[in-house]
Amino acid sequence: MRVGIIGVGMTAFRPSTPEYSWKELMFEAASRAYADAGVDPRTEVDSFVTCAEDYYEGFGIFDEFTPDQIGGALRPVCTVTGDGLQGLANAFMQIQTGLIDIAVVEAHSKASDILTLEGIIEHGLDPIWNKPLGGHPFLIAGLEADAFLRKTRTSAKALAAVVAKNRKNALRNPLAAYAANVDAAQVLSSPERFTPLRALDIAAPADGGVVLVLASEAAAKRRHANPVWIRGIGWASDSPTLETRDWTQAAYAQLAAEMAYRLAKVRRPATEIDFAEVDDRFSYKELQHLEAVGLAKKGEAGRTVVKGGYDPGGALPVNVAGGSLGCGNVFEATGLHRAAEVALQLRGDAGSHQIDGVRVGLAQSWRYIPSATGAVAVLGAGQ
Amino acid sequence: MRKVGVIGAGMTLFRRRLQETGKEMCFEATKMALDSAGLTRADIDMVVNGTAPDAFDGVHMKGEYLLDGCGGYRKPYTRVFTGGGTGVFSSIAGWWHVASGLADAVLVVNEEKMSSCQPHPQSVFAHIWDPILDRPLRPNLIWIFAMEMNRYMHVHGVKKEDIARVAVKNKRNAVGHPCAQLADPNITVDDVLNSEVMAWPVQRLDISPPSDGASAIVLASEDFIRRRKIKDRAWMSGVGWCIDSTMWTDRDLYFPEYVARAAQTAYKRAKISDPRRQIDFAEPYDPFDYKELHHLEGLLLARKGEAPILTREGVTERDGDLPVCPSGGLMGVGNPIAATMGQKIGELFWQLTNQAGKRQIPHEVHTGVAQAWGDLMQYGSVVVMSS
Amino acid sequence: MSERIKKWPGVELSAADLNEGKVTQTRFRPNAKYAWSAGEAMSRFLAELQNGRLIARTCHSCKRILFPPRMFCESCFRPTDEWTFIQDTGTIETFSISYLDTDAKRIPDPILVGVVSIDGASPKMGMMHYFGDMTKEQIRIGMRVKAVWRPWEERRGSVLDIRHFGPLKEDAK
Repeated sequence: MRVGIIGVGMTAFRPSTPEYSWKELMFEAASRAYADAGVDPRTEVDSFVTCAEDYYEGFGIFDEFTPDQIGGALRPVCTVTGDGLQGLANAFMQIQTGLIDIAVVEAHSKASDILTLEGIIEHGLDPIWNKPLGGHPFLIAGLEADAFLRKTRTSAKALAAVVAKNRKNALRNPLAAYAANVDAAQVLSSPERFTPLRALDIAAPADGGVVLVLASEAAAKRRHANPVWIRGIGWASDSPTLETRDWTQAAYAQLAAEMAYRLAKVRRPATEIDFAEVDDRFSYKELQHLEAVGLAKKGEAGRTVVKGGYDPGGALPVNVAGGSLGCGNVFEATGLHRAAEVALQLRGDAGSHQIDGVRVGLAQSWRYIPSATGAVAVLGAGQ
Repeated sequence: MRKVGVIGAGMTLFRRRLQETGKEMCFEATKMALDSAGLTRADIDMVVNGTAPDAFDGVHMKGEYLLDGCGGYRKPYTRVFTGGGTGVFSSIAGWWHVASGLADAVLVVNEEKMSSCQPHPQSVFAHIWDPILDRPLRPNLIWIFAMEMNRYMHVHGVKKEDIARVAVKNKRNAVGHPCAQLADPNITVDDVLNSEVMAWPVQRLDISPPSDGASAIVLASEDFIRRRKIKDRAWMSGVGWCIDSTMWTDRDLYFPEYVARAAQTAYKRAKISDPRRQIDFAEPYDPFDYKELHHLEGLLLARKGEAPILTREGVTERDGDLPVCPSGGLMGVGNPIAATMGQKIGELFWQLTNQAGKRQIPHEVHTGVAQAWGDLMQYGSVVVMSS
Repeated sequence: MSERIKKWPGVELSAADLNEGKVTQTRFRPNAKYAWSAGEAMSRFLAELQNGRLIARTCHSCKRILFPPRMFCESCFRPTDEWTFIQDTGTIETFSISYLDTDAKRIPDPILVGVVSIDGASPKMGMMHYFGDMTKEQIRIGMRVKAVWRPWEERRGSVLDIRHFGPLKEDAK
């Protein structure tokens, strides 16, 4: 049985949203998704999935505070403590059981409510091995970037090219929080932070909400919807322990992609996939992820981005909507945002950043520091 | 839809403090569940983790932290979290992993390490309340139970003796449970009624206190079970889950409508039209003694206000007509929040496969229901299992 | 299970094992601080508390008067319509007499706390608050109560601008 995306709803991504509570932010994203799908959440949705993590929200049990604003009061709702693409995978499976026709996936960020973001991220470290060392948690990204650059002989110029591309791409996305005409030289002259990473290599936090409405093939047909199909989805985790994980390549992304490709019957991703939205919350991650999911050969992604191969007009457009560097880091909503962008492109609804003639797109996510967890979805248009 | 069976279960001791870390507890429970199913980690396609507030273990994104202990290394792994409802809900998530056809064999591992939280795990519960409406009042978790219990008692005219009987039954049932923290063969109704008042009407022995522990189950498809010639299995024949509005001060707390909705969904999927007759035994969520009564009514196994009467008449004893919490429940075995899957789904599996030892219900049972409850008095998760 | 398995895993510790350092521990206090945007509904609610009034939102679809106020109706899933003031009197729906504080520490003088449904809002809609000016023997479900406001200069735009709910005169003994 096939599962399709029949509704997409997003709020604008902003550095902060003092006018909204997190509930009101979720309500707006959900309202947009239901209007897009033409679905009444109170009577037509069989299951709701929220993706949230307590410490990002400032609650002991955030699940309590989710149902009302997505239409889920007295209905089946659950929290997947994971990235939005993991939530999408769970809703996908719920529909595949045959017992659920329409399911909704929600993810959001209200990062501006957090006063001590660094402290929260640090709290994710192993309490016995890592926390006592102290230090900023982004050190982990610096170490990994260093390992990746050395192993693949990628230059710092390539990282700067990723940042410049994504910030510029965001200029064509009215929802993006950090659109700017940044060039590579500017990135390379920004202050050093976690060498080799500089200030502009790091995506800044943003608030925003994303909601997708999914339907079984039969339900989509009944509703005369024209869905974007979830052809395949996969998710995986490498070791949570910093000391035993693979630092040079994103093993989680490779495993997740293998699973998604198996379900989607994709044999040669580099030729079958037209464009990709991948996690770029640190600039090197875009390159590392493209190699892990098989869209670039090992060591080639850096050279390709410098040559413009991932530009909107390049052979493989990557993060056309601006990525997290351009739109902002929306934490657990990051992967769902990627899936939403892929779906809009495949529908031809991406507005001024639409790319022509795309049929198959890939969305990829990572659960941020300090995790080694991620997911991949392959989406397709038509029939 | 594919049939899904529980084919193995394991749990650690439940204790106020265990030396094992959260990861180590997960490993122990997982290993036991795999051993009992005759499988190894290599046989497992995917892993689901269930665990309650991160603040207990003291790790942000604690699902990621527990991952390798749960057998999730380099596998598809997800954590789900619906407050106390996680104790049964994670098995529902495991069910859809298999029922969808994406996985043949799945591990579900639940954990709670409350003793890491100092000075007292209670302080975590301060953060479960609404930051504007509730937290300025500096609420204590036990207030939830006290307010709900009082409302339930008031509407039905229930006496505290009738509620205390649940504590006595479950603590005595737990005597046969090798992991029990709170078993007591000699406890009486008077002991409960004379225990210290915490937040009236809640007294010390009405409560299951904080605990450390982990539990695990293995789920598999019908095809996998046949192929591997696995004999001990119990089918998950119906699942349901439901959340009520966040606005808990806007509803009458005497009846858990959300549990009833979840139960109705689960019963429909299990083709149960008359739960009182078709269900042989129940493991409702009993972190406090009155919750068992509240949930029996929510599960439609008793009419509104009838559960205390059934309890008084002995119907819910292990040898009664409708045994309830034959495991000893949370009141008897302990309450490491999500890990109570061991007394709920685990007990259904052990009873339905005749492995419950001293706790085995003396008459034949074919169908049982397990339920958990959570969030701000708003979450119900229900699983029906059959032999 | 009980038959086949001889040894159940887990090593029990006592409080003393931890407190006296008999087992190895690492300690960490997370730096986790938040300031939640209250949003449209709660911002107005808090501002009106400072004015000594309770405010609700109406939903024209289900005809309910929603309290605490919200910008969307969870039942109809649509934006709510209008602000409306409601009374500061109500009825005790349930209560507890608590001898525990937030950290589960014992306190000698119990806190009276519970849910009060507010007059003017739809049935059963109310808030959690303290009760005062009554003894633990006097408090009962169904009792009529009225908000006891802090003096104007002490109000901060918080539910604590109400000191507690006390007996309403019509019902006072």
